[in-house]
Amino acid sequence: MTVQIYGFLCSMWILILVGGGLMVLLVGPISFRDYVDIDPLINSGAKIILALFLIFIWVFILTKVKNWIFKAQIKS
Amino acid sequence: MEEKIIAAVVVSAVAFFSVYALTPILIKVLGRRNLVVQDVNKKGSVMVPRPGGISIVVGIVASEIVLYLFFPISEILAIIITSILGFSVGIIDDRKPMGGWFKPVALAFCAAPILLLGAYDSNLDFPLFGSVSIPFLYMGLIVFMIPIAGNTINSIDVLNGVASGFITIASFALTISLIILQNYEIAIATLCLAFTSLAFYKYHKLPSRIFPGDSGALTFGATYGVIAIVGHVEVIAAIAILPAIINSFLFLSSVKKIVEHRETKNPVSHTDDFKLKTGDYKNVPITLVRLIIAKRPLSEKQIVTEIFRLGIFSGVLAIITAFMMGVEV
Repeated sequence: MTVQIYGFLCSMWILILVGGGLMVLLVGPISFRDYVDIDPLINSGAKIILALFLIFIWVFILTKVKNWIFKAQIKS
Repeated sequence: MEEKIIAAVVVSAVAFFSVYALTPILIKVLGRRNLVVQDVNKKGSVMVPRPGGISIVVGIVASEIVLYLFFPISEILAIIITSILGFSVGIIDDRKPMGGWFKPVALAFCAAPILLLGAYDSNLDFPLFGSVSIPFLYMGLIVFMIPIAGNTINSIDVLNGVASGFITIASFALTISLIILQNYEIAIATLCLAFTSLAFYKYHKLPSRIFPGDSGALTFGATYGVIAIVGHVEVIAAIAILPAIINSFLFLSSVKKIVEHRETKNPVSHTDDFKLKTGDYKNVPITLVRLIIAKRPLSEKQIVTEIFRLGIFSGVLAIITAFMMGVEV
């Protein structure tokens, strides 16, 4: 079981690195103002929604990884 | 650099010796006033004084004030005020247990000094990929970070010495990371937390002579969270406490709502020789301790050692991440 916990730790670490990369490469540079003339506040709001969506996917993947690693324990 | 080394030595000594000297007095005072709780993982009725948060907050605040005299910057002021506010939330909960939502909401308000003092940078730094500027989202992140850090440390405070020992390991890992990133003032500020928790660990370790209580655990968590923000090391700080985050994540994903841990069934029970084993009943929260003892019952000491090993492992991952901050792909 200890090995599985270390495995989960490493999975989370890798997910943090990948998630950070997506934030920097995807959410950071994106600007809807290039396509439509919108208020900067709305532009930021759209980026927040995108970031929250990425966080949701991140948690979803983490839950799947958790279920896969600890499948015997979480059934009880 | 010489001034920084002197400051580091002085504040470390203030943090360590103030807690080292004050805690035995606090143990006596709490015992005399019958402010004790049962240690449920011990045979018989072993009563332990609580809360030890008073000596923890004194250690952190006294040493941070001394540091402020060396470097009068708003970041250190934010650490001092947030630590006191975190302690205040905890001591209210120690005196009268509140509902599950009280601590997260109250701790969110503890982030106010960081915002009011402007002691943050809205750029979020990530390893390998650089930073991203998210001004509005970052303000929300600040508000969430203190409750998450506070409750994460609080949730791992389940066995003798775990909270103080774990935060000691994480704080030293964070100090090293901040030194790698050449953020020396905040690295010294982190030493205040590291030496405070180290001194408290002397009395909290197995068998505990005092429990930190919510006031102690939330002070540790709030201070750790504010350091992560003012030091611009949010990601590294999160990695250093990954085992505690896993504990919270497993708990929340099994309970599926925010509840006070006192309101849930105890996920572990005891063998005849008082080792800890997984509970025999269903619908209990999954926790880190429950996973550690999944295969076979273990003594409290063995579990604590395993949690510290996990803490050291994630501390090393945090330091590796700090090195990766300087590399861009």
